[in-house]
Amino acid sequence: MTLPQAVAPVFSARGLRFRWQPTGPLVLDVPKFDLAAGERVFLAGPSGSGKTSFLSVLSGIATASEGSASLLGHELAALRSSARDRLRADHLGIIFQLFNLVPYLSALENVMLGCQFSAARRRAVRAGGEGVAQAARRLLGELGLGDATLARRAAAQLSVGQQQRVAAARALIGSPALVVADEPTSAFDSALRDEFLTLLLAQCAHTGSALLLVSHDRAMASRFDRSVELTGINQVVA
Amino acid sequence: MNLLRLAAKSVWNRRLTAALVVLSIAIGVALLLGVERLRTQARASFSQTLTGTDLIVGARGGPVNLLLYSVFRIGDATNNIKWRTVEALASWPDVAWQVPLSLGDSHRGYRVLGTSAAYFEHYRYGAQRQLAFANGVAFGALFDTVLGAEAAARLNYRVGDRIILSHGAGKVSFREHADKPFTVVGILAPTGTPVDRTVHVSLEGIEAVHVDWVAGAPLPGHTLSAEQVLALKLVPKSVTAVLIGLKSKLSVFNVQRAINDYRDEPLLAILPGLTLQQLWDLLSIGEQTLLAISGLAVGCGLMVMLTALITGLNERRREMAILRALGAHPWQIFSMLIGEALLLSLCGVLAGFVLLQAVLWLALPVLGGQTGLTIASWPPSVRELEMLMWVLTAGVMGGALPAFRVYRLSLADGLTLRI
Repeated sequence: MTLPQAVAPVFSARGLRFRWQPTGPLVLDVPKFDLAAGERVFLAGPSGSGKTSFLSVLSGIATASEGSASLLGHELAALRSSARDRLRADHLGIIFQLFNLVPYLSALENVMLGCQFSAARRRAVRAGGEGVAQAARRLLGELGLGDATLARRAAAQLSVGQQQRVAAARALIGSPALVVADEPTSAFDSALRDEFLTLLLAQCAHTGSALLLVSHDRAMASRFDRSVELTGINQVVA
Repeated sequence: MNLLRLAAKSVWNRRLTAALVVLSIAIGVALLLGVERLRTQARASFSQTLTGTDLIVGARGGPVNLLLYSVFRIGDATNNIKWRTVEALASWPDVAWQVPLSLGDSHRGYRVLGTSAAYFEHYRYGAQRQLAFANGVAFGALFDTVLGAEAAARLNYRVGDRIILSHGAGKVSFREHADKPFTVVGILAPTGTPVDRTVHVSLEGIEAVHVDWVAGAPLPGHTLSAEQVLALKLVPKSVTAVLIGLKSKLSVFNVQRAINDYRDEPLLAILPGLTLQQLWDLLSIGEQTLLAISGLAVGCGLMVMLTALITGLNERRREMAILRALGAHPWQIFSMLIGEALLLSLCGVLAGFVLLQAVLWLALPVLGGQTGLTIASWPPSVRELEMLMWVLTAGVMGGALPAFRVYRLSLADGLTLRI
């Protein structure tokens, strides 16, 4: 598997400082952090270490108060919020800890939703010679949810393990540059966790997406290219 | 899958709530449209009932009352006018024609109208249309009768049938003019006016059935048979009202004044159109109140929608965070909520329209028979469509409230899943 030729990191932070309110306390102070294209990084962070803030800045929901945070070479703070939303839609796949799915849509529709807000993702799917529904079905199959009745089932009726795999398929559809997973396995036992991680890593390798997985479960760290302690890069946390 | 479809799926996911919301909007809309339709159609059908008559003359009393009992067969006259007066009016130089009307009897719930042959010649309705016979001819003999279209159809009468008049206007009468039956000689074509529900006889016929009655009851021992009555020379003593046509419209106010100042008897002359306007003025406060109440009902329906949307928001913050993570801009989430409001209002408006049509379809035969109202139910008027557009607009504008809330929430929440 060759990595994309892009030399520029997927995400890069320099002297990033962040507060939620202009007068609020400083929650992030990251002198330097880089995430290379296709790189698989394990980010370990206990609660209170600025994890939510870091991911908010990275995904363009919030912007740095000082310093630089750039996604695929775009300085996020310089972009309008709608441009940041588009960047997120086009290049980011996000997996939450729990409740990833829109409950009233089927598993398949939830996966297809990954292309809803991004023409670039739809183009990427078509460039692979597939339709969006086709790609969604293939991804579900590759994540072990190939059963057609399962794909039609409403998201709310799936088990937690199935839901997380649907969420992974949604994050991966259209081969985004970066998949961000925020504690995606916290509800799993270790066997299920390992199975999920194997699938996720394989798919990221397959699509060439970089993966940033945030967790406090350091048992997974060995399976990544690199393991980073959030407390190590964020100087606010004592 | 576009945003509106997403909104539709979301609404469908909460379909019980959505159905109740749609129903409450629908009831308001049906009420609003119903009141509006009743109002305009009542006006239209009333003003179409009598055209071409310049003045209506009756005993002195309320002008609206005179119009109602003489033309619409609603209510009763308190007093009659003497036949002598009717004859005197006929000789006035300005008067072109007159049609005497004598009310008070009925046949199986249908009012009996005693009149003269001039009625068939001069009565006009709609766009100056004359009465036409579907079957038979005008009455000629003393015991002849001409039926309105609906009376004939409902009671299943044909030319040649014999009918018995009852004293008084009630549907059930114990005092019948059983000894003097009338023969149906003509049936009128439908007019959409109270004429359809009228049994027409000659003034002399009215006189004939009452000739042996005193004070509203048959005089015992003095009954006259139909044959005996035929031999009499019958002259009406009084009539209920007179329709008058003038030679020149210009003299209408002069003649009206002259009749109102008539010395031998207290009379009242009214211009039908003007008095109808008085009636509407009288009713307009009621109409406005009804419209306002039904407008409030629509408002309540929209409130129910807002309540449902806003209550749903908290449990949907998760959904919004997911959409945000997928790259949805807060404005897209805003428009999704607006889309839901639009969808619910649209369904409510359509359901309300269907509801009204269904109710009218069921109720119209009953309503029309009792009140003489004909309410055309199709097509909806421009004003009705305008009202529907207003409801939709109000729904969408109302939807902006939860939509804006969601906009703010999704900005504040970001990707955080608050549960």
